[in-house]
Amino acid sequence: MFSIINIIATILIAGGAFFMVTGVLGLLRFPDFYTRLHATGKCDTLGEVLVIVGCMVYQGWSFITIKLFFLMFFIFLANPVGTHAIMKAAYLTGLKPWKKGEERR
Amino acid sequence: MTRSKEHNVGLMLAVFVVLYVFWLLMSACINPLNGHFSPVHIIAGIICAGIVTLLSHDLLITEEGEMTLAKTFRLIAYIPWELWQIFLANFDVAYRVLHPKMPIDPRIIEFDTTLRSDLALTTLANSITLTPGTITIDIDPGKGRFLVHAIAKKPADALLVDKTMINKVAYVYMEEA
Repeated sequence: MFSIINIIATILIAGGAFFMVTGVLGLLRFPDFYTRLHATGKCDTLGEVLVIVGCMVYQGWSFITIKLFFLMFFIFLANPVGTHAIMKAAYLTGLKPWKKGEERR
Repeated sequence: MTRSKEHNVGLMLAVFVVLYVFWLLMSACINPLNGHFSPVHIIAGIICAGIVTLLSHDLLITEEGEMTLAKTFRLIAYIPWELWQIFLANFDVAYRVLHPKMPIDPRIIEFDTTLRSDLALTTLANSITLTPGTITIDIDPGKGRFLVHAIAKKPADALLVDKTMINKVAYVYMEEA
């Protein structure tokens, strides 16, 4: 049960969960739309990737490992594009960015 | 871009084959080792790959560029550095979120680059979004101009003053000034 692989996988998945929780905290704490997007867009990338790598380590060398690797690859491509698209949409609709010292929205 | 009809059909066929082989590998519906064979997956694969080919056959394989092989090797060499930057980005954001005083000072910055090709602009835009404290808002492809939202002064200066990433991407796609 307590093999080294299990321990490594647990640490990786726990690390991923930590970053996801941090992202949610950022979503709640940050003052406006743009800064919230910083928290969610970035913490998701490493959070998800750490969970996937943890699953890869736990699974060992098999076909599923390759599938998980492709999943990771597509997350790296899709995540920044999604973040950028949401931010551009907000900017084009004329949402003013929060400046230091203003009230939080 | 106007292509001859024959060329277009050949292109669609190539895209279809790539997509379908990928589907067969991923769904594992033919396995010679245990004799597993699943017609449902094979037919579903033809339908799905066909729909995707019809919608996006002009995206996967585009016009041929120069020195594609050299650029690919340079891109592969660039990826580990980018992964390290992603790692730093997450610690940076986690620090700003968890710090009691929230050390953020958002600003919007604008700068010009020497990049012109779609692939180079996309790579830099994605890299900016993945690295510490900055997200791309908009690009002007004609001038290579980027509009970026930075969460504090330090990440903004990393783009405006150091220009490490811009130079690295320009090196990968051989589009230095």
